[in-house]
Order: sequence, then structure tokens, then C-alpha cells
Amino acid sequence: MFEAGIATSRRSFLKVTALAGGGLTLAASFPMAARAVAGEAAATAELNAFVTINPDNTITIVGKNPEIGQGIKTMLPMLIAEELDADWDQVRIVQGDSNAAKYGPQLAGGSFATPMNWIPMRQTGAAARAMLLAAAAQRWGVPAGELSTEPSVVVHASSGRRATYGELASDAAHVAVPDPASIQLKDGADFRIIGRAIGGIDSPKIVRGEGIFGVDTQLPGMVYAAYERSRVFGARLVSADIEAAKAAPGVINAFTVEGNGNAAELVDGVAIIASNWWLANKARERLNPQWDTGEWAGHSSAKYDADARALMAAGQPQEEFASKGDVDAALASATQVIEGEYSYPFLAHVAMEPMNCTALMREDGVMEMWAPTQIPQGGQASVAAYLGVPQDKVLVHITRMGGGFGRRLNNDYMMQVAAIARRMPGTPVQLIWSREDDVRTDYYRPAGWHKLRAGLDADGKIIGIEDHFVTFDINGGAFNPAAMPADEFPARYVSNVRYAQTKMRTAVPMGALRAPTSNAVAFVFQSFLDEVAHASGRDLPTLLLDIVEGAEPEPSTMGFTGPSAGFDPRRLRAVTRKVMEMANWGQPVAEGRALGFGYYYSHQGYFAEVVEASLTDRNQVAVHNVWCAGDVGAHIINPHGAMNQVEGSIIDGIGQALQLAVEIEGGAAKQSNFNNYQLPRMPMTPVIHAEFVLSDNSPTGLGEPALPPVIPALTNALFALTGKRVRNLPIDTSLFT
Amino acid sequence: MAYTVTINGETREIDAPEDMPLLWVLRQELGMVGTKFGCGIGMCGACTVHVDGQATRSCSLPIGSVGDRQITTIEHLSQSPVGQALQQAWLDEDVMQCGYCQSGQLMSATALLNRNPNPSETEINSAMQGNICRCACYTRISRAIAQVAAEGTANV
Ligand code: FES
Ligand code: FES
Repeated sequence: MFEAGIATSRRSFLKVTALAGGGLTLAASFPMAARAVAGEAAATAELNAFVTINPDNTITIVGKNPEIGQGIKTMLPMLIAEELDADWDQVRIVQGDSNAAKYGPQLAGGSFATPMNWIPMRQTGAAARAMLLAAAAQRWGVPAGELSTEPSVVVHASSGRRATYGELASDAAHVAVPDPASIQLKDGADFRIIGRAIGGIDSPKIVRGEGIFGVDTQLPGMVYAAYERSRVFGARLVSADIEAAKAAPGVINAFTVEGNGNAAELVDGVAIIASNWWLANKARERLNPQWDTGEWAGHSSAKYDADARALMAAGQPQEEFASKGDVDAALASATQVIEGEYSYPFLAHVAMEPMNCTALMREDGVMEMWAPTQIPQGGQASVAAYLGVPQDKVLVHITRMGGGFGRRLNNDYMMQVAAIARRMPGTPVQLIWSREDDVRTDYYRPAGWHKLRAGLDADGKIIGIEDHFVTFDINGGAFNPAAMPADEFPARYVSNVRYAQTKMRTAVPMGALRAPTSNAVAFVFQSFLDEVAHASGRDLPTLLLDIVEGAEPEPSTMGFTGPSAGFDPRRLRAVTRKVMEMANWGQPVAEGRALGFGYYYSHQGYFAEVVEASLTDRNQVAVHNVWCAGDVGAHIINPHGAMNQVEGSIIDGIGQALQLAVEIEGGAAKQSNFNNYQLPRMPMTPVIHAEFVLSDNSPTGLGEPALPPVIPALTNALFALTGKRVRNLPIDTSLFT
Repeated sequence: MAYTVTINGETREIDAPEDMPLLWVLRQELGMVGTKFGCGIGMCGACTVHVDGQATRSCSLPIGSVGDRQITTIEHLSQSPVGQALQQAWLDEDVMQCGYCQSGQLMSATALLNRNPNPSETEINSAMQGNICRCACYTRISRAIAQVAAEGTANV
């Protein structure tokens, strides 16, 4: 789903052009047709799909991407407003509905929004500005080249004439639409809006308690639904006591729903509809559902762990996915061989707003939906296919979301409510999941196991590295969160490499969790490299700098399919050196504390982080300070949102390292709610010192790349403190006693 | 069952089973959706309201036990000087990411400053630890509370 959305959009809207330097650039062709409300002199003018100028000089800008808290609804319009030279105080932002033809790709995932939209959104604003200039030139009979703009005003300096955008709007709507690629974009030094710390556009509504999230949707006559499904993954519904549920207080209807054969979309269940969700959910107690669980009830995390350890011990991987040189010979000739087994658990997303969706099967045959989804066009396509109607018969309003973290890249709740609403034409239905539904029926971050070996020569140089990765066969699409990149660092810089994997069978659903793959593999490789560093008498940052010594930038080749600009070791060096300086790396630290380092490159972002940790007298891990240096290009578009993402990612990663795991027992998730899936809380928040290192690259996203390195930075700090190596997540503090 | 409760100073008539939590009465019987559902078991604080000025988890308060106590929700927060100052501080600090937890955070923070106008960092931590922010905006939440405390709004 995740990649499918991108692939479709790329075909339709984006040309991926190879640059001379080996990088990639994205050129967009958004629909640019002007659609003015013609007639009176001062009319509202829709200059393109994103920009409407109102006669009162306010400007309405469409935020096209789903807002999950990453600040995109504020940030993409900032790009448009910058090149439009709009007065930001006069800008109103509205959320666009799901509409590929009108808006191009609409996706919250992969930290893709910034690199994909940096140029196209600015071109959109620049094209609208050019139309306003042309309208003024016509009106005043002067060449457009003599005109300039001040915020929301066109100025003819030599005659002193001025006209607001609002005054020019209706004329501008009749001007020929320019080719956006032909318009010169602003020089970065002239930015007025990009780079300004701007608060979230919806924040004033949120502090007043206005209902702007998906689950706040209210429609006349709306009813509420709960969906009972098997806790054991992969099970089919045999029977349920529908009549008993129907007899419960407040219940309006109850019926079974048959899955569509795709566990990523719709699994068997029972829908209960009531006047109040609490009543619908309570009536589930009466269902006494019977499930055919097949073989899956025998599956557990303990079984997977035992099987994985046995597979790693047997040492016969199913397949090699990266191989160069002769690893066996290199390891045989090595002065030292370092070996380590690492593992990490399944994780849930637990977005703060539980999964929900509202749907109305309209009399005109349109399924109208109010959907908190990170990939609305994908949901629209799935629902249309399920209903057997063309996509234009599914109208998806994108709502603000109480978090996403990758969970809402799967639209199972959209499918469920569509399956319910189709049975109740004319009645709006809001499906809500309980938190237990959310934790128990997630698309989890895959658990994984790695057995690593590295051979060092007498100088401490890595001459060979191998990984036996035990993962799951999840039958994924183009994006497989249980896969690992073939060029995982330091593969490019080592002559003899063998990365191989073995896949185990499971019915546990898996998906992308913020910084997918990276959030696990960074821990494994940066911990293992810390072992290598210690074995060769260095510290980890020094080892990394040694590994990339003299290396030149390379184009991205293996594994990553996003708008990748290729790996640049100079950026690794810059963030590593910066964070060492910020954290006073190498200097003595307070008694009882220790520092650890972690670095990772993911989603086009380079992050180096240092954690200062200690153990309390009750043997609990305390994190005091985190220093972070990140390089995401030449501009930090909105410093407010950017820093918020970095801080949130760091705390998120610390929580994962210390206390998060979903365990499978009897084929089902054991954890169920925040009492046994314990998110970080305020008292465990460290002091975070984060800085951006600006580099001469176009800006890339921040939703994810700050997270992965904090986990190994913490476990490496604990090694420095105790001499004990954390090899399994979450951290088991009994290791330190 | 029919109940008469006082919410944000107004008398409301409610017909609901006595064990229906106040949260679901507010959201779906009265259409007041500022108070949020996060866990339903008192573990996250998203549903925090004030009951006679005390921060209370509305997901765990049955409507039948509200009685004549005064309920205040996020929709009414700006009516109190402390609530209004916190709302402004939340915007000044650009506290939120997704924002879903924030009505609960604001209700807890207001109750804190109303009973302790000058909390230490430790006191802020302990008063706020029942409120989860999945986006982890904790640094900013704590800073915004400290800012309002420093301004002394709660002392007037
Ligand atoms: S919803 Fe009430 S504490 Fe979580
Ligand atoms: S801002 Fe997202 S949960 Fe707090």
C-alpha cells in the first residue's frame, strides 16, 4: 500500500529525472488551470488547485497532505506562500480532500513530503504570483519585468502604483497559466516565510477543544459502531450470538462481516451498531464469538525467539541478499573476530487517537468518508474495489489525526466502516476502536534477530562482515518492513560482505512504524560497531570517521526506492563531529554517569546523537541529557515543527529502548492498553540539546530520521557505564545487577 | 436513567445508563467532543475534566455518580484566567504535534496551577505524569506550565 501510493502518483504526476551528479530530482506537473469565478471585478479567484485569492485580500491555500502531527498542514502552504510572496497573516489554510487528479500525491509517510514537494509547492506559488504580476502589467500598461511584490501587494516602483492581490485576483484568473518550470524561484537568502518558526495552523482550535480530529466528526443522525474481530491473528469467524448483542441496551443493529481475503484490508468480524459507542462496545461482551484459529494459536514470541536462535546457531541462511568478496576467507585470516547476537521485539504504534472512521452510504451511490488516514488515495482505491464501484464514487475527506506513526498507512478501519455503512444506506456510521482493539490488532513493527560477525586485521580495520538476519515472511508488497537494506552501513566500505536472511512463517500482521527497519537495525549495527570500536581500542565516532575516511559521495543504489539523493559520507562526518563537540565527547562526565554515541542515516537525514545515562539505586535506567546533530539539508522550513519532531523522535526512541514490546501468546498480542504497553511519561524526559547542521542539499523530511540513533546511543552509554552489552530490546535491567 | 448534571455552569438533562462514563456522555450524548478518548481505563489522561476543580478522568467516572458536582471541560477553559494563560502559553511554545492529548494536558495543568501557583519541576512532573503524550511534547508542556507560573497568573 505504502509504495503503491507512491508508484501511482509518480506515474501520474512526477517525473524522476537523473541529474548529472547522479542524484535524483522530482519535477511535478500539478494541474495549473485557473478557474476563476468570472464576472464582477472583485471576485474570488482560484488561480490553481492550491491557491485562491479572495477579494478581501485573504488567500486560501490548500494543504494537500494528511496532518498527523508532523506539521505538514502548516509547512506545505508555507512553501506556496513563500513563492507567492503572500502576507502570511492573511493566509487561510484548508485541508484538501483525497483527489489524485487535483493534488497529486497525498501521503504522510516515509518522511517523503519535504523532498517530494520542496520544488512543486514552490512552483505552484510562483506560478500564481506570475499571474498576479501579469494582471497588474496589463492593467497599468507596463512590462511585467518592471513589477515587484511586497507581501500580498504588486508594486510598480517607478510610478509608485500599488495593487493588492485581492484587487488583482479576478483579472489574474483570466491570465494564461505559465509553465511553472519556466519561473525563476526565489534565492534562499530572500526567503521570508521559509525558515520562520510558525505555530501549528490548527493549534488555536485545539487549545479551545474544537472538534477537528477524525473521531470528532459529527453528522446528523449518526450512529456508532464497534467491530469484534479475532484476537488470534489469521482466524476465521465460525459463529457469534448476534441476537444477544442486538438485545443489548442501545443497540440498533448487529451483523457479521466477511473478510475480503486480504489481512491488510478486511478480516472477518462482527459489527455492532448503537446510539452511543460505549453501548456498542459493551454489547461485544454478549457475542461469544467462535473462531477457527487453524495452526496460528500455537504461535508465540517465545516460539519465534527459540526458532530464530536455533536458525542462527545452525548457520544455514535461506538466502543471501548482499554479497561481495570472500567473507569466509576474510574472517579466517582476521586477527580478531567479533561476534554478537541481537534481537528486538514487535512494537505497536498506539497513535493517541484510536483508529476510527466515519462513513455515509449516500443515496446517489457515493460512499462519503471522513477518514483519519495517512494514505487516503490508497484507502479510496481499496474501498472502491471492495464495493465494486469506480473511485469517484468514494469521496474521502481527510481529517486531522491524533498521530499516525505509520499505523494509518493501513486502512483496515476504513474498510470496516465501509463494510458496515454499505448495509445502512442513508445513515452515517462512525466506527471507533477501543485502545484494546488498537494494541491487539495492529500492523506491528516486525521483531527480528541478527547474528553478526566482523573480522578485523592487525590495524583494527574491518576486513569482513556478515549478518544472518532472521525475520518473517510477511508477503509484503513493494515496501516490506521486515526486510533490511542490502547496503546497510558499513557494507559499502568493507571489501568482504555477506548479509543473508531466513524468514519464519507467521500470521502476525506487520507494517511500517516510524523509521521502519531503521528503528531496529540502527540498534543492531551501531551497537555491534561499538563492540568493534572497543575491540580495536577506539570509540564509535572515531571508528565511523575511520571507516568513511576519504570516501566520496555515492548515488543510492540498493534497497531504498524513495527520492534518494544517495549517501554522502561528508554529511556523516559533519554531524558526528558536531555532536562530539556539543556533548564534550571524550571529556570526563559526572560521577555515576556515562556517555554513549549513535549515528544513523535514514530517510535522507543524517543524525548523530549522544546520550548521557546512569542507573538509579533501584537499578532503573535514567537518561539525563541527549545531544543531537542532524543534517536534513540547506533549510529548516519551519523550525518550530522541525524541533518538535526531533524532540519527539528522541523520546519515542528512548521509550522503545527502555520499556516497549508486544509479546505474542497463543497467537494473539498479550499487551492491550497503556497499563501494559507503557509509553514514556513526562518524568523520564531528558534534557534535549538539538542542532541542525545546514548543508548544501535540498531539504528532506524530519518525521523519522532523528529516532533510530538514540537507541544505540543509549545502549552504548549503558555499556560504557556497566561494561554490559545490551543485545536484546527492550533493555532488561537485570543485566546490570 | 435520567440525570441532571451541571457542565460548564449549565444544567444539562441526560438520559443514559448509570454506568455510562461521563466521557461518552459528553462526546456522544451532548456533542462536546473537546474531551478525548485515549484508553478508557484511566491510564492516559486524554479525557481529563475538572470535577469541582479537581482533574478527573472522565472515562472512569460513571454518569450515575456525578451527582451535583460541577463539571468543567476544555470548552470552558478560557473562562478561567489560569486556563486562558495556559492556552496562550501552549501557542507561544508551539507545544503540540498532533494535539490529540492536549485538551487533557491543559485540564491537568490548569488544576495543578490552581492549587499550586508555583510548582517546582518535580511537582510539574508528578502532576502531569498521568497524561500521556504519544508525540512526546513533554519538554514543551513542562516549559509552558513553568512560563505561566513565572508570569504569576495563578496568583491573582
Ligand atoms: S481515556 Fe481516560 S485516562 Fe485515557
Ligand atoms: S500532541 Fe500528539 S499525543 Fe500529544
